[in-house]
Amino acid sequence: MNNGILRQMRPTFVCAFLGLVFMFAAPQVLQLFTIINLTTAIALAVLALSLALVWGYGGILCFGQVAFFGLGAYVYTISAINFGGSTWAIVMAVLVTSAFAAALGYFIFYGRVSDVYLGVITLTVTLIFFSLIRRTSGPEYKIGNALLGGFNGVSSPPINLPWDSRTFLFPEHVFYVAMAALILCYLFTGWLVNTKFGRVCVAIRENELRAELLGYDSRLYKLGIFTIGAGIAAIGGVLFCNGVGRITPDVFSLYNAALTIIWVIVGGRGTLIGPIGATFALFYLTSALGGQSLFNNNLVLGAILIIFVLLVPKGVAPTVVDWINARRKPAAGRVRRRRNTRAEGAE
Amino acid sequence: MSRQRGDVVVETRGLCMHFGGVRAVDQVDFTLFDRELRCLIGPNGAGKSTFFKCLTGQLTPTAGEVMIRGQTMTGAEPFEVASLGVGIKTQVPNVFDGLTAEENIWISARRWHDDRRAKTVTADTIERLRLGDIRKTQLGRLAHGQRQWVELGMVVAAEPWLVLLDEPAAGMTHEETFRTAELIEEINTTAALIVVEHDMQFIRMISRKVTLFHEGSILMEDTMDAISADKRAREIYLGHRA
Repeated sequence: MNNGILRQMRPTFVCAFLGLVFMFAAPQVLQLFTIINLTTAIALAVLALSLALVWGYGGILCFGQVAFFGLGAYVYTISAINFGGSTWAIVMAVLVTSAFAAALGYFIFYGRVSDVYLGVITLTVTLIFFSLIRRTSGPEYKIGNALLGGFNGVSSPPINLPWDSRTFLFPEHVFYVAMAALILCYLFTGWLVNTKFGRVCVAIRENELRAELLGYDSRLYKLGIFTIGAGIAAIGGVLFCNGVGRITPDVFSLYNAALTIIWVIVGGRGTLIGPIGATFALFYLTSALGGQSLFNNNLVLGAILIIFVLLVPKGVAPTVVDWINARRKPAAGRVRRRRNTRAEGAE
Repeated sequence: MSRQRGDVVVETRGLCMHFGGVRAVDQVDFTLFDRELRCLIGPNGAGKSTFFKCLTGQLTPTAGEVMIRGQTMTGAEPFEVASLGVGIKTQVPNVFDGLTAEENIWISARRWHDDRRAKTVTADTIERLRLGDIRKTQLGRLAHGQRQWVELGMVVAAEPWLVLLDEPAAGMTHEETFRTAELIEEINTTAALIVVEHDMQFIRMISRKVTLFHEGSILMEDTMDAISADKRAREIYLGHRA
């Protein structure tokens, strides 16, 4: 099967390779300001990737994926301030976020909460974080040495070299780290969806009752993919607060929660590269719109969402794949049909 | 575990499934022996499908007990019933519409086998059920009868020792029905079966012992010929059809 998985992952490897080329070429041609900006976009792309996995493959419409992203960023920042280094802070961010998601997911999936309520619950959790952390502006809200800072947020210590807390990475180096993390997360998820676990998750997305009647405990698989998705979102959060330099409760806002969903809708459910690409495209579109005052930013985003839902309901990547297949298939289809006719004639 | 013909594989005692005041299944005592092929018949609303859903874990009975091979499975989850090695086909085709026929069957085989063996079992099942032509087709694009066959393929690929089928021949053409009957005979060489059916002709093709449901209870259990000859049975069921 290893060979089989590698063969199925060929497009994934191609995309990962292109990412690698971009990773080394971009700093040569682009200005530092653009590179720093890109780091933020990459962090958001990791978030989009995590939802692409959870929603696109697991069929779990998690409206609060951004909660795990923000939680990862906060846990990283608070741990890094307390530990005086980033190495264990990153590990903490992923572990604490995954554990939180596992606990939340346990009640959702083992309670057999239906899809709609799952969306409501995850969004509510996000908004609870939003209003809770906004109220932590006093000096009494302290975790170890880290002040939570209310709506002003906390400034995040930059990533340092592993186990060398005095050598901080410069912004251009953080770009390399972020890009490498995105490529690794992409390869990991690309591998995961081709394993038995991933394929059973897709089967559960397609028909949960049938999967159960074949002897698969759908609750366990859903909990698994939900937790893994949260861990990946946390990695995105760590990169995000490094790119921006601080983390504020705004990360938990309704706007960001909805934006994550839009990335996946535009990019296409059922693919991993689509939502990543959509994140970059929409990130630059929003940046470009920020520079003008003719149109309201949100109005344009809303219009894009409506256009996509109406005209490209599957999203960009699946539509492109369908188009390529349709161009490639007719020839193959004709041969096949002819062979079938002959077989029928022989009978 | 060694199995002998004559072992009880499914037993229900005082099984009840009430929806509010409606007694869909009421005090059913049912026994199925190993390698037995049993048909459940009865008019619409007799409780056959509800009874079936209680066996497969899709419904939790109001009262009574379900035992499968001596294990109490009352109120178990469907995956727990299936994990005993029970193959289940529901009334409405329940398939993975977005996946190909091959992938559908692979998912079933992979539950029980490692990767290499699962591939072999999948290939064998496709050949056995003559699904080669639609191997790479998404299930959503297939006709009703073909989807039913893929679902039967999923049941067979799990190599179950007990098979529960709810209206396997529904919506099939005459030829497909005939092949289904053949397949059921074939499954019966290694597994016990419970088949819920409406189609009398189909039941005559496969039946040995038939359980007749009426208003949530078992009215009689006998051969099809004996049931056809029984006056009361004709009145409540066969009479309606004549």
